Amino acid sequence: MKRFQLERLANPQLLALVAVLLINWLLFPNFFRITWQDGRLFGSVIDVLNRGAPVAILAIGMTAVIATKGVDLSVGAIMAVCGAVAATMVVAGYPTPVAVIAALSVGLVCGLWNGFLVAVLDIQPIVATLVLMVAGRGIAQLITEGSIVTFNEPSLIFIGTGSFLGFPMAAVIALVLMIAVTLLVRRTAIGLFIQAIGVNRAAASLAGIHSRMLLVLVYALSGFCAAIAGIIVAADIRGADANNSGLWLELDAILAVVIGGTSLLGGKFSIPLAVVGALIIQAMNTGILVSGFRPEFNLIVKAGMIILILMLQSPLIGNALGFFKRDTRQAGSK
Amino acid sequence: MTIISKLAIAASLATALTSVSIAQENLQGLTVGFSQIGSESGWRAAETSVTKQQAEALGIDLKFADAQQKQENQIKAIRGFIAQGVDAILVAPVVATGWDDVLAEAKEAEIPVLLLDRGVDAPEDLYLTMVASDQVLEGRVAGDWLVADVGDADCKVVELQGTVGSTPAINRKQGFEEAIAGHDNITIIRSQTGDFTRAKGKEVMEGFIKAENGGADICAVYAHNDDMAVGAIQAIKDAGLKPGTDIKVVSIDGVPDIFSAMVAGEANATVELTPNMAGPAFEALAAYLKDGTEPPKTIITESKLYTPADNPQGEYDTRKSLGY
Amino acid sequence: MADGEYVLEARGVLKIFGNHVALDTVDFGLRSGEVHALLGENGAGKSTLIKILTGAYQPDGGGIYVDGAEVSLDNPLHAQTFGIGTVYQEVNLLPNRSVAENLFLGHQPRRFGFVDFRRMEADARVLLANYDLHIDPSSELGTHSVAVQQIVAIARAVQLSGKVLILDEPTASLDRNEVERLFEVVRGLKAKGLAIIFITHFLDQVFAIADRVTVLRNGKLIDTRQLDALSRTDVVRLMLGKDIAFSGATDVEPSETPDEVLLEFKSYGRRRSVLPFDLTIHKGEVIGVAGLLGSGRTEVARIMFGADPADQGEVMVNGKPTSLRRTTDAIRHGFGFCPEDRKAEGILGDLSVRENIVIALQGKLGWFRALNRDEQLEIAGRFGEAMDIRAASLDMPVKLLSGGNQQKVILSRWLATDPAFLILDEPTRGIDVGAHAEIVRTINRLREDGMAMLVISSELDEVVAYSSRIVVMRDREMVAELRGKNINPGVIVQAIANHTDEAVA
Repeated sequence: MKRFQLERLANPQLLALVAVLLINWLLFPNFFRITWQDGRLFGSVIDVLNRGAPVAILAIGMTAVIATKGVDLSVGAIMAVCGAVAATMVVAGYPTPVAVIAALSVGLVCGLWNGFLVAVLDIQPIVATLVLMVAGRGIAQLITEGSIVTFNEPSLIFIGTGSFLGFPMAAVIALVLMIAVTLLVRRTAIGLFIQAIGVNRAAASLAGIHSRMLLVLVYALSGFCAAIAGIIVAADIRGADANNSGLWLELDAILAVVIGGTSLLGGKFSIPLAVVGALIIQAMNTGILVSGFRPEFNLIVKAGMIILILMLQSPLIGNALGFFKRDTRQAGSK
Repeated sequence: MTIISKLAIAASLATALTSVSIAQENLQGLTVGFSQIGSESGWRAAETSVTKQQAEALGIDLKFADAQQKQENQIKAIRGFIAQGVDAILVAPVVATGWDDVLAEAKEAEIPVLLLDRGVDAPEDLYLTMVASDQVLEGRVAGDWLVADVGDADCKVVELQGTVGSTPAINRKQGFEEAIAGHDNITIIRSQTGDFTRAKGKEVMEGFIKAENGGADICAVYAHNDDMAVGAIQAIKDAGLKPGTDIKVVSIDGVPDIFSAMVAGEANATVELTPNMAGPAFEALAAYLKDGTEPPKTIITESKLYTPADNPQGEYDTRKSLGY
Repeated sequence: MADGEYVLEARGVLKIFGNHVALDTVDFGLRSGEVHALLGENGAGKSTLIKILTGAYQPDGGGIYVDGAEVSLDNPLHAQTFGIGTVYQEVNLLPNRSVAENLFLGHQPRRFGFVDFRRMEADARVLLANYDLHIDPSSELGTHSVAVQQIVAIARAVQLSGKVLILDEPTASLDRNEVERLFEVVRGLKAKGLAIIFITHFLDQVFAIADRVTVLRNGKLIDTRQLDALSRTDVVRLMLGKDIAFSGATDVEPSETPDEVLLEFKSYGRRRSVLPFDLTIHKGEVIGVAGLLGSGRTEVARIMFGADPADQGEVMVNGKPTSLRRTTDAIRHGFGFCPEDRKAEGILGDLSVRENIVIALQGKLGWFRALNRDEQLEIAGRFGEAMDIRAASLDMPVKLLSGGNQQKVILSRWLATDPAFLILDEPTRGIDVGAHAEIVRTINRLREDGMAMLVISSELDEVVAYSSRIVVMRDREMVAELRGKNINPGVIVQAIANHTDEAVA
């Protein structure tokens, strides 16, 4: 059991995260400085957790989708829609819980729609979710009428900027969601079934798995996660920005999942490692901000780092370096 | 609508009307087509409202067409206007190229075309004039304000740029730098892109504050648009500092939310990108129709500076009513 | 063989893939003005031979001769220049372009450097009239039936090549009338002196149209014969191999007292798939299913298992009417299914042996009664041992196992669910001799334990060895049910070959 734990710590994702954080520290010596301010922790590392939370939350749902050999391109747009719903409802005077529940329901419905297209109509996931990716942002713009809907409802703002035991609320939500979804898929047979569908849907169906229903639920989960992320982002800036909320975040989420070691070809997956992937991406973003690079280099630096991380993960180089081996025990393991 | 906002609209229209007396008599009863890009932002919606209000005040029958971000829709709308035999056409072009043919058709039909807020790559004789803001000037006005405000005191500025490589980002950066050049007490210590969005503005400002001694070393933030400034204000507050006091906030656009920040004392100055492009356009049109006066090919709108002294609550209400 | 007798000839053609001999010194000769049927079960080497004759593959030995002269065919386009054209089962034309464009694609009539559409359509009209096809050449190809598309494909191939036409299962997705229409076209071409190779699984069609037949089995040439000298039985015997005697009754003693009835299918069928059939299956009984490929064997298995639900008839399990709309319905009633295509439909390649074994049981238990790792290991270990699965570890990916071991994994998967009725589709195909014997032994053992099974196999000896009864499929129809002394390869072959009553007990 102890060896198992150690092996886990030595996986390439965590090593990459540590490496990125160390680079940040070299560029900016105060990177790890954390102070206590107005009842919350304050520092760059905390920013990584806070800012990384939306992509981490998207990555939780995206991992399950990608494990079924699918992809959900619509999560960024769903974020915009759900943020718009929550914001316009509190502005219209509805209490925060009602607005939040409505936004979550809208996200769920968006996910069910994607699931319906993929599982029932058998449309390729990349095409099926492209529909909402394009249309969703338009819907969000209709809801907000093109402008940023600003609100001042403290309880809704708390979801984006509040803190719990000193930690940013967004990070706490991401952590709780990660644990909940991980337990859901690992303590039940759902994780095994998702992998089976991703590896060979025809064989999984013949083995008696309700692949259609499971696929619908997986996309619904992704929509739900996007709704949570959308509410957090809106609450953070106290406004629903239909044009920009979640823009291109679906790509960050996919990248996080891939960095987390889940193959786009489906099958084995790890939700916690996808969350680590999201943190790696955010650590790079935050590092760029505090390092003082010229903005023209942002994307180049980021791309370079990602190539490096993915190369470290490729089986070829991994074997050569010999510092990790693929964990074959996943589904159903504890 | 509140009484205050109604009064505010009345006031804004009154100022518009003083300068349009020639327009009043020459444009009364004319039909003008207006091909708008769409309603992708609050500013765009405001531009549409202002144009409609101006037309109504001048007694113009305005035919409005929303192109929903598509050039082909704009071309269709312009051809429709030509077919209807309108007296003039206003176009806010969605892209710069591909207008030669349809503009030539309008010229053929002897209908003057006036471009709003962006230019096109077409021969100048195909349109009457273009009304637009000067983005370099906007940056300069913002910089001038800061120079005047800090006097001789040292001031370290952090800059929130627009999207890397975009024209407004380049121009607004250039104008600001021109204004502070020669004032060695003012230096830009950090500059990053906030992609013109509130969320990125907040995130980047958070990073700047961490990087600059918890924000204590930052004297002012210059944001290329108000949305990023609003995000930055939140970041400053989250860091336990007072925006507007501990860190000055200057930005460009004049959207309602920056005025509400001014009301709260959290923003210091904004340079307006006026939504009133139609006013100068109508004036030029009137002069042209009256005695054939050719307006300049480019009419620059005013880049007006607003500070908390300029009744921010009133500005907020006015703008809200315009559909921002 | 006199030189010049054949327009297209393969002499001693050898083709090796890795260490598998796909074609073992095969001779094949095609005369002009004949329809030559090429027969053989899957893996016999038909498609390899066709690919060599059309230049898609290069032979590793032997030679190809056109009009008696040796040629080297670099690719299908090159083969076209020798007059060899091919029409595949799936029409490989462009459904969203016009009929005329499809006919002339790549060599459109041009005028001033531009495609001359008017002339192209006029030419197309004339060309299609030769085939008695009067459709608008400017219409989209995809709007026409598959049969019409096939004829367009033939017209194109003949237009381009004009000497040899290869038809690779052109009738697989056509109905009877469409097949007849296609045959009219083929007869017309034959009369014009074209040499035609015809590949199909339907014996009726072979006898309806072909002059000669060449049979391949396991990469070897079995024989080339004049068809009018052969009976259907002869052909089936050639295809299935071994000198099948009309003796050697079943090893399985038919039980004197019929056992308890487990399943009853009444007029059970599915349109475009299987004609309605009646079948009663008792506990402890193995029903063998014989028939050529494409006869509807697999389709029967799939509708029984609910993989493709039946749209007519009824089914009773243990005397109670029920419905098998989806696989989970069937599994709930204790069904299990080992599909024919192990790789595509059986194994979960990237998952471990353990996960592959427990997946069906876990599916039956549902989402929330998860087997933990220890339970999974125990189950996988128990069945792995019983089936003698040779894997280095139960945690290794199943795709790394041999075909035989993969088949045992899938059998274990179903045995773990404690099934009452197991459907095995070609359980011994593509596996080594040792595993083969073990699987046959397992089938016998399970029958003795009282399990009912339906086993589909092309290996007649094998079916005879373990079946209590045999149903014979032909043209998507269950045409015969054999029991007792009639269970011998000879009778089966006869039943497969012709649907006459003599074969039916």
